[in-house]
Amino acid sequence: MSWPILSVVTFLPLIGALFIVLLRGGEETYRNARWVALWTTLITFATSLLLIWHFDPSLAEFQFVEKQPWLGGATAYHMGVDGISLPLVILTTFLMPVCIIASWRAIQQRVREYMVAFLVLETLMVGTFTALDLVLFYLFFEGGLIPMFLIIGVWGGPRRVYASFKFFLFTLLGSVLMLLAIMAMYWAAGTTDIPTLMRHGFSPELQKWAWLAFFASFAVKLPMWPVHTWLPDAHVEAPTAGSVILAAILLKMGGYGFLRFSLPMFPLASHDFAPLIFTLSVVAIIYTSLVALVQEDMKKLIAYSSVAHMGFVTMGIFAANTQGVAGGVFQMLSHGIVSAALFLCVGVVYDRMHTREISAYGGLVNKMPIYAAIFMVFTLANVGLPGTSGFVGEFLSLLGTFKVNPWVAGLATLGVILSAAYALWLCRKIIFGKLERPELANIKDLDYREIICLAPLAVLTIIFGVYPKPVLDLSAASVAQLVENYARALQAVAP
Amino acid sequence: MMANLPAEITSLLPILPEIVLAVGGMLLLMLGVFAGERAAGFVHALAILLLIAVGALVVWLPGDKLVLFGGSFVVDAFARFMKVLALAGSAAVILMSLEYMAAQKQRRFEYAILILFSTLGMLLLVSAGDLIALYLGLELMSLSLYVLAAIHRDSLRSTEAGLKYFVLGALSSGMLLYGCSLIYGFTGTVSFTGIAQAAGQGTGTAGIGLVFGLVFLFAGLCFKVSAVPFHMWTPDVYEGAPTPVTAFFAASPKVAGIAIFIRAAVDAFPGIASQWQQILVFVAIASMLLGAFAAIGQHNIKRLMAYSSIGHMGFALIGLAAATPEGVQGVLVYMGIYVAMTLGTFAAILAMRRPEGPVEEISDLAGLSRTNPSMAFFLAMLLFSLAGIPPLAGFFAKFYVFLAAIQAGLYMLAVIGVLASVVGAYYYLLIVKVMYFDDPAEEFLPMPGGLKAVFGVTGLFNILFFVFPAPLVAAATVAAKSLF
Repeated sequence: MSWPILSVVTFLPLIGALFIVLLRGGEETYRNARWVALWTTLITFATSLLLIWHFDPSLAEFQFVEKQPWLGGATAYHMGVDGISLPLVILTTFLMPVCIIASWRAIQQRVREYMVAFLVLETLMVGTFTALDLVLFYLFFEGGLIPMFLIIGVWGGPRRVYASFKFFLFTLLGSVLMLLAIMAMYWAAGTTDIPTLMRHGFSPELQKWAWLAFFASFAVKLPMWPVHTWLPDAHVEAPTAGSVILAAILLKMGGYGFLRFSLPMFPLASHDFAPLIFTLSVVAIIYTSLVALVQEDMKKLIAYSSVAHMGFVTMGIFAANTQGVAGGVFQMLSHGIVSAALFLCVGVVYDRMHTREISAYGGLVNKMPIYAAIFMVFTLANVGLPGTSGFVGEFLSLLGTFKVNPWVAGLATLGVILSAAYALWLCRKIIFGKLERPELANIKDLDYREIICLAPLAVLTIIFGVYPKPVLDLSAASVAQLVENYARALQAVAP
Repeated sequence: MMANLPAEITSLLPILPEIVLAVGGMLLLMLGVFAGERAAGFVHALAILLLIAVGALVVWLPGDKLVLFGGSFVVDAFARFMKVLALAGSAAVILMSLEYMAAQKQRRFEYAILILFSTLGMLLLVSAGDLIALYLGLELMSLSLYVLAAIHRDSLRSTEAGLKYFVLGALSSGMLLYGCSLIYGFTGTVSFTGIAQAAGQGTGTAGIGLVFGLVFLFAGLCFKVSAVPFHMWTPDVYEGAPTPVTAFFAASPKVAGIAIFIRAAVDAFPGIASQWQQILVFVAIASMLLGAFAAIGQHNIKRLMAYSSIGHMGFALIGLAAATPEGVQGVLVYMGIYVAMTLGTFAAILAMRRPEGPVEEISDLAGLSRTNPSMAFFLAMLLFSLAGIPPLAGFFAKFYVFLAAIQAGLYMLAVIGVLASVVGAYYYLLIVKVMYFDDPAEEFLPMPGGLKAVFGVTGLFNILFFVFPAPLVAAATVAAKSLF
């Protein structure tokens, strides 16, 4: 690759944002802003597909590497992707056009600012996954707070102020501790270069503290029980596309962080703290599933189910064997697609009826057959039915965990049953039954724009469920190397 | 040309910028006196040019480290860095004041003259190599500041602020002098290098009397940079003083204060660093916490900025508490970015003008994102930056001081610091909330040219700093190395 393709993918949205900022005029520019945003995200997505094209999945090393001096000394502008980050990059660039289309009608106020915020957010999200320097990573990771804060606060629901502050301060609180750990690592290793730090081998003492600091940040971001409480609030108040991004991408930053930093850089601490992660994951899976059962708000229900599903991710990652880690990566992708789609589905009926109360709906299948079919697909994927992408991720995570700790895997399986309970219950309540409410009598089925949004997601859910091999192959080499290095680091200290 | 001059004159070269500033200031004073109030605008413009010229001289001065008057005047990379910063701050403040003074019917040429002399005091302070020079510079700076605070002589608030500042300032000068006399008494010298030799060089301990002197000296300096527990004057004076003067208080004097703090600590007491580190750790923690918590309940944006500046001084002092070259470098980067952020924020505060006059309540900013989107955007970015959110400049400021604290093993200080920055983020977010989430209030008058220039430059610096951080960081590194 002779041109810096990763930088282009990362910063292309920013150029689109700049373009929208320069548009002059009042409401008549809204249409242009939408189109600019859509084209920018589509071109970014197309460019990111080139990454897959040129990516060599047989190599575990970082590819498309770019390195430029930046902060002077040991902190450089260093970008690159491997099999773990590449799928997340593609997921981000793939979902952005979907979000823009989903906001086409739903957002009617301050459209230019909205599109700018989303494009800036895309740059920061892609940058988070491609940065190969800790300071650079932190810049992208934390920078995402600003546009998301504004998206929730400006275009959100009635309690948007509370939700946006909670989101911002929770995440910031977790992250500042990670920043201190980054600094401690810098003084210990003399660099913030991620590939170098992965090989460094920190002292057990530093590993312990740094692991806890990184954990504070990623646990809030992921989110893990008991620091998940910002998520339902943020999801409920955010506009549809904001919820999609939150659930599909921002949560994945936490999982990605565990994979990229905690396991490779602090293997001893990861091993020691794995029981903690398992406990919290199991609690998250069972407890939040139970909480989801009693929700009256559709978005809240899906938000809690997200926490439960991310529990499988952490469990799989810290099982630290090939199946577990691969399952974690796959589950992140699958959840990214499925939860995004579920939030879009909620947005569809919200745009029509302006309520998210589950009791306000019922019998939609009579008036909205296409919607009912698509909603059913995603519900089943959320449950983890074989043949959908949700099954593959959960199965592999459970398999990996079972090898390490059968009890944890057994308890987590309970969560699968519970997820079937709440997801099918939701589906029955709003889709099936008789159409009893008079205000639903004139509800329209999906229009072409909504189908454009949801159809690719449905197709991917089923393809990945039936034939997950391409995705698993993409990350196989990197996952294998990660697991191998982890095992070697543990063996080195074993008596 | 230089060769033809007698040696007595060429030897004065290191102090040339200060001489030019002093003579220029006096000439402008004459001009003002004879031309009267009509010339105020002209004097202001000339004052800006003078400050820029002096800044150029400071940069141009040849040589690495120049010492004059038997060591009481030192020009090194550190002094240059701080001088350029102070001069830039002063020039920007005069530029920001033009419209305000005209609108308030306060076209007084003395305003610019006082800023010039105050800046002269800062330059002398930054270069001070002994306790006498320190005191002279400090008093020249402070006396001009007292008058500046009260420059609206018919306004009750302004005169009250001036008086309050003067009384408390005089008290702190007294403490500082008492400390200086103790230090002199126990070391027998006033020069920093002499004190360094006498004060535990090599042994790492000092007599109780000398430590007493050190504490009083630091107390006086804490007052000047408004660090807790000597911060009480700050909110009242910031609120009462005319807004451009408040902007000035928040920028240049803080630079000079921090500069002499560093020089006194590092040059005069390197041997007993472990003693003053404890003081600074306490002061830094107290300032950060007070700045974070006390600002939450404020409605007046100037008062809020006062608490914010107390907090920021706490963060800056973290770097000094580390007592390493990296720490000093962190402080220098911090001050550079802090001045830019503060000036930008105050430019926005000065632009809060309605037809009936300037307003300064936070609620007046309601819905600014709709009435004036670009001002709201830049101000929001400045506030996020003050909160230390990446990728804005304020993040890098905090980054370098915390980096130094971690290196020096001050983990507790660093953890409390980052937690305080999260609390602080809350009140900056509150302003962003008012601007972006609330319904619009009445529009402000359009921003005048001078404010626009300062606001635009600092705003862009703040957002784009992360693209080219190297120049400032490299300059700070060189400056910090010149002290050790």
